[in-house]
Amino acid sequence: MATHPSPAAFEAKFLELLFARRAVLFALIVFAIIALLCAFASVVAPSDPAKMSVRDRLTAPGADFILGADAFGRDVASRLLFAGRVSLSVGLGVAALSSLVGVVLGLCAGFFRQLDAPLSRLVDAMMAFPDILLAIALVSILGGSAVNVILALAIVYAPRIARIVRASTLVIRELPFVEAAMALGVSTPAIMVRHVLPNILSPIIVQATFIFAYAMLAEAGLSFLGVGIDPSTPTWGTMINEGRQYIDQAAFLILYPGVAISISVLVLQLIGDGLRDALDPRLAKDL
Amino acid sequence: MVVVIFLVLTIAFIIVRLAPGDPAAVMLGPESTAEDAAELRAQLGLDRPIIVQYLAFVSNALRGDLGTSIFFKQPVTDVLLGRAEPTVFLSLFSLLIALLIAVPIGIYTAYRRGSLLDQTTISTAMLAASVPSFWTGLMLQRYLATDLGWFPASGYGGPDAMFWERMRHLLLPSIVLGIVNSALILRFTRASMLDILGEDYIRTARSKGMGEGRVILLHALKNAAIPIITVIGLTFALLVSGAVVTERVFNIPGMGNLVVSAVLRRDYPVIQGTLIVVASFYVLINLLTDLAYLLVDKRVKY
Repeated sequence: MATHPSPAAFEAKFLELLFARRAVLFALIVFAIIALLCAFASVVAPSDPAKMSVRDRLTAPGADFILGADAFGRDVASRLLFAGRVSLSVGLGVAALSSLVGVVLGLCAGFFRQLDAPLSRLVDAMMAFPDILLAIALVSILGGSAVNVILALAIVYAPRIARIVRASTLVIRELPFVEAAMALGVSTPAIMVRHVLPNILSPIIVQATFIFAYAMLAEAGLSFLGVGIDPSTPTWGTMINEGRQYIDQAAFLILYPGVAISISVLVLQLIGDGLRDALDPRLAKDL
Repeated sequence: MVVVIFLVLTIAFIIVRLAPGDPAAVMLGPESTAEDAAELRAQLGLDRPIIVQYLAFVSNALRGDLGTSIFFKQPVTDVLLGRAEPTVFLSLFSLLIALLIAVPIGIYTAYRRGSLLDQTTISTAMLAASVPSFWTGLMLQRYLATDLGWFPASGYGGPDAMFWERMRHLLLPSIVLGIVNSALILRFTRASMLDILGEDYIRTARSKGMGEGRVILLHALKNAAIPIITVIGLTFALLVSGAVVTERVFNIPGMGNLVVSAVLRRDYPVIQGTLIVVASFYVLINLLTDLAYLLVDKRVKY
């Protein structure tokens, strides 16, 4: 093991590679700002996101309302922050839950030969459904709450993690240290969790970052179609859906939530690319 | 492939069964009586044991019978066929537009790697993949169709519109969907061209004094074809997801609009049928892409 770098050296190399491209550093800063603004929405927001005022209906952005007011005279800037809280939580929740399910399925498929074929075919079949379509069907049955949307999207994206975990597990399982652990009589679950999992974390983290981004897009799509989170909860998708009928008089109503989604998804994808290059320099392709 | 189709049917069956409560009562809505529900249950065969229902469902589906729509009171296959035309053309046009944008730019940026144009293109492609397609659709609809009048703003040209009139309505939606989907194809084309341009046989071809145009088109592109074909297969799933929302934006009476209305009406047989048809189509497309490898690469054997 002499050739292995020390953890400190690895960490330094990781950070060096992660920030080698300034775009990644920039993306991390932007994402941190968005996340903090939304997390502290109740402190930062200029006013109550639910306060209606008929007089201020569809006010253009200006001194009174930085980003304008919607059809009920509610402050768009405040709604954007509170909606972001929901949209980001859905993305994070889906990324975490689909990783958990995907890791369990993938490890089992990679470790137990009898389970491999059935689980792999199941993953193939799940991935044959386009994500929005499967999510629509699942939400229509589960009902449209934030938790159910997270659940539905986690079911949609878990197969992607499972496929990657299975492929990596098949490689790691054959390595000498796993064989050694088996020979020492370490139980199979312990080998899976303590020896295999730490070695396949990188691709999981990278994929989870991308799923975070896709889930935010999918949630916005579901809310736009009116089959996602209940419209009374503002999300960036529902804001676009509500603003749609006023698009000719007040295009800003759908402009800002669209920009908010796009920037969040863009920085997440940049972070995912950066993580992929830094965690596995062999894979680094200048895509 | 047969196993996957079989599992697709099973998943579609289970999803609808996951619905809480009595499916018949849910389908009929809150104002239904117990007798109505019982009658519908008997009509749908829901009073039989679950395994019998499942076998009947699978055998019917394999014979092309996907049940009857609760709302339209027609066979699901007829309802889907009636809505297929716009969706099929929308998907084809947008795939075509995506390829026309992505393949030439992908080749060129790989060739001029690291140039300003290359970097701008990569950033633009990443941005295009981050913007929700329905948002791009709404914006272009407002500015290019409503304000400038370059395109029909929405719809499918009315019930007795001529073929060309219907296709004209698909123009802007196809452009939106094409732009959104070009990003992935562009990245794949560029990456596989980059790999291949570094190969020995490209250097050999160049050292023989072969012109750059011939090197790129004859030697490089031919070898980059397999990953590009793969990504076209992958794009199909994205395209369908995109079509569902785009049809909603432009109010096109296709399968995407149908499935969203079906969800709002709790017309479960239609939701189930759409899932089965689209997923089977996806499996078929992937089979076709595998077969296409045979055509472009003589070394591939099955």
